[in-house]
Amino acid sequence: MIKKIIVLLFLLSNITYSQNCNYTFSGKVIDLHDGSPLIGAIIISSNSDVLVQTDINGNFNITNLCEKTYVFNVSHPSCESRTYDIKISKNISKNLILEHHIEELNEVSVFGKSNDEKSKTLIENKISVETIDNYNSGSLGDILKNISGISSFNTGNTIIKPIINGLHSSRVVIINKGVKMEDQEWGTEHAPNIDINSIESLKLVKGAGLLEYSGDAIGGIIIAEASKVEKKDSLYGKTILSNSTNGRGSTISSRLTKTYSNGWYGSIQTTYKRYGDFESADYVLSNTGTQEKNFSFRSGMDKYTHGFELYISNFDNETGILKASHLHSAQEQLRGINSSKPLIIDNFTYDINAPKQTYTHTLARFKGYKFYNNFGKLNFQYDFQRNRRFEYDIRRSAYKNLPSIDLNLKTHSVKFDLLSSLSSNLNLKIGILGRYQNNYPNPRTGVKRIIPDYDKFDLGFYSILDYLLNNNLTIESGVRFDYTHMDVFKFYNVSLWNSRNYDKKYSNLVLEEYNNQILINSKLNFSNLSATIGTRYNLKNNSKILFNYSLASRVPNPSELFSEGLHHSAARIELGDLSFKSELGHKLTFTYSYDGKKTSLSINPYANLIDNFILIEPTTIQQTIRGSFQVWEYRQTNAQLLGLDFDLKYKVNQKFNLENQFSLVKGYDVTLDEALINMPPVSIKNQIIYNNSKSNNLKLSFQSEYVFKQNEFPNNDFTVFIPQTERFELVELSTPPKAYQLLNFNSSIDLNIFKKTKMNLTFRINNLLNTSYRNYLNRLRYYSHELGRNFTLNIKFNY
Amino acid sequence: MKKNILYAFITLCLVITSCSKDEPDHVHEHELITTMTITLTPSDASGSVTLQTQDLDGDGPNAPDVTVSGNLKSGVLYNGAIVLLNETESPAENVTMEIEEEDKEHQFFFTVGSGLDITTEYLNFDSDGNPLGTKFSLIARSAGNGLMTVTLRHEPKKPNSGLEDAGGGTDLEASFNVTVE
Repeated sequence: MIKKIIVLLFLLSNITYSQNCNYTFSGKVIDLHDGSPLIGAIIISSNSDVLVQTDINGNFNITNLCEKTYVFNVSHPSCESRTYDIKISKNISKNLILEHHIEELNEVSVFGKSNDEKSKTLIENKISVETIDNYNSGSLGDILKNISGISSFNTGNTIIKPIINGLHSSRVVIINKGVKMEDQEWGTEHAPNIDINSIESLKLVKGAGLLEYSGDAIGGIIIAEASKVEKKDSLYGKTILSNSTNGRGSTISSRLTKTYSNGWYGSIQTTYKRYGDFESADYVLSNTGTQEKNFSFRSGMDKYTHGFELYISNFDNETGILKASHLHSAQEQLRGINSSKPLIIDNFTYDINAPKQTYTHTLARFKGYKFYNNFGKLNFQYDFQRNRRFEYDIRRSAYKNLPSIDLNLKTHSVKFDLLSSLSSNLNLKIGILGRYQNNYPNPRTGVKRIIPDYDKFDLGFYSILDYLLNNNLTIESGVRFDYTHMDVFKFYNVSLWNSRNYDKKYSNLVLEEYNNQILINSKLNFSNLSATIGTRYNLKNNSKILFNYSLASRVPNPSELFSEGLHHSAARIELGDLSFKSELGHKLTFTYSYDGKKTSLSINPYANLIDNFILIEPTTIQQTIRGSFQVWEYRQTNAQLLGLDFDLKYKVNQKFNLENQFSLVKGYDVTLDEALINMPPVSIKNQIIYNNSKSNNLKLSFQSEYVFKQNEFPNNDFTVFIPQTERFELVELSTPPKAYQLLNFNSSIDLNIFKKTKMNLTFRINNLLNTSYRNYLNRLRYYSHELGRNFTLNIKFNY
Repeated sequence: MKKNILYAFITLCLVITSCSKDEPDHVHEHELITTMTITLTPSDASGSVTLQTQDLDGDGPNAPDVTVSGNLKSGVLYNGAIVLLNETESPAENVTMEIEEEDKEHQFFFTVGSGLDITTEYLNFDSDGNPLGTKFSLIARSAGNGLMTVTLRHEPKKPNSGLEDAGGGTDLEASFNVTVE
């Protein structure tokens, strides 16, 4: 390609000089990524008085050019400017290519304005760098809650899983720097293993439409990316120090980036976090401290036509679990639930003792791309992930310092994809992906393994087509096929194996029998199809309508298939089912959005119908030598989730803005005609924002968050015999807590004290009124209240 | 070009999948308690009584097998001794010693149902002088029938005034249907 240009230029330069100023230069300014025309791009010449703008089709036409070499600077608001030297000696036609940079997002935008859209027919929700920096002491789940329709499933206050339109865990796919996170996301008490300080761009799509990433995102996809680096000689960095009163701790994170004009770049980033016991409004939440040590490294080269990048990151976290929530039986559960505050409240400490979790996620990713003329852009990616997870319980004698769960999950993935513009309004993306995963639960724990030893192989193909019918109507469609093979070794209790009739159905799987345990080898195959089709129609008055249907298929995860035994952290016995089929989700999304001068709004109703939906619910009470336990069994059913997300922004004047968010979701088990468990209650957020850009960009905002009581829930209460009272007493597990309202305050100011360094101070008060409340979507809600008031001061330097 | 990529891809997949796999090791659950045997030896010539709970499948679906070998006699002082075993190992592991070594972190509790007129007293104590309870005495003052519950708590508050304020985690809990003649 480059050679050809040089040859072309060489040929052109051989033509003899004669001053003739009747030549024209015409063509189109197009986007490097998908070949789409760039409207309103400005072409200006530095050595003549040419100044033109591209029309609605991206075309330009420059007339009256003389025979000489012109230097044209081509710019577009959302792209990096580029200079072209064009030798004019005849009428020429040439397309000029620009590459859009990822905007250094300056505001929370929920209206998908970016040109870098992942889906053309599903609304993309973006979180700004400012918001990420502001929450640098929190977690991914904390930040994403700023988006309507997103809530979180918590275990205490530091283990936070995002819920997208009522769904979480394996149904929410997280793409971290292009890599699908394999961090044992199946467990509800397993938080995403991502350092939010390593993220520079965060997007969320509430649907399964992004087939290039996965076909099983029945809930949605979260995309965390690093920012695009500019091609110039520069060295810049950022340091954020955050101090909070609640937890009495700090987070410090730093990033340093070096870039060169020839396209090479490198960046290092590190975070350290340390918090002691957090506090509710009235008491210390004993053993809830957390500690985190992370780093990431990124280096590569980016030319317009080819490039590569290496990314390595390590995430290391240790988190205490509320001591009072570590219960051994239903009798103890009752004790915990009936107590108005935790049964164990100690003095504040930074120490983290059992029960606790520690996990390390290591990620290494290499990617490269190359443009081929008339062919498209070819991408290659290889990535490796290693997830080490330890869970420590309160144990006896020699086992005190041994974890009860010791898992090592390793994943290798290889991916090729090709992006091709078949014509100026038709783009095709095709790809192939292979993945190998191995899970090793270490037997040294001396505790029966809930998650088995397994090898898993995935092979996927996909094809996505988008077609710009005219300027206002886009059609997008895609199809993906995934094949999954699992080779599993699992020990079962003989008594359980027989009680579930596995001895008759699966006798061929048995390898060996030891005392009361049985070893089986199960080979499972799944072939899954996923698809998406959608349209986008731009209406005249700054509004648009989007419609999307996505079909997603999810292979049951190892915990749903193989769980068998006591889950200590939940004080319940959990049983999977070997016969599960893939979950099949049909999601219909409709979006209307309007983006006016004063008002912006987005209305997003949706319906998600899921066949073979896997859920876990209590079935019976089991007696053991330790006491009674509730047995929770996974089962498959047909589920239906209907909901609405609403966003409104109103600009009162230059300085005042009002924002409103409303989210509603209703989940039903169609088969049993009852409500689904753990569905987010209705919530309303209102915010008033004052912003004075003249006085140091001062920002003040008050936010009110109202969460209703969840009135629709299945009744899973049960009774248990209490020897002390000689009575059966009711364990009220189901009743959701009361509605609550929280007030938050946020302020921010830019200070330019130093010449080359920008300083930003933010001060935040969460739960301003120190409200004491419980959250339906917290697994530990029975045993403790949520966090009390928290003052946070962030100091940020950009240099 | 495309073909080469496909070949490379298939080769890679084959390389990855060709690794052979060993069977995983069997986990020895040393910590498990499957069996609690309480031997009540009378101070007179009447025979000893054994209370036993045995749950060989741990957290498996089978309920513990609870047995009481005979009736207690009113007015007789019994010496109680508790033996804890892990019978999933062979030979069975005696867990009692472990508990006695970590005496400060453990305590047995005896809960007597309303139909019984039984009192118990601790006979062994930890190094701080707080009760442990693997050895205890028991006396039934009158005839009756009811449940006697034995609970082993791990890391209770010590000293305590009974189960209500002991806290800690339950390692073991068994209710025996006891008859006093």
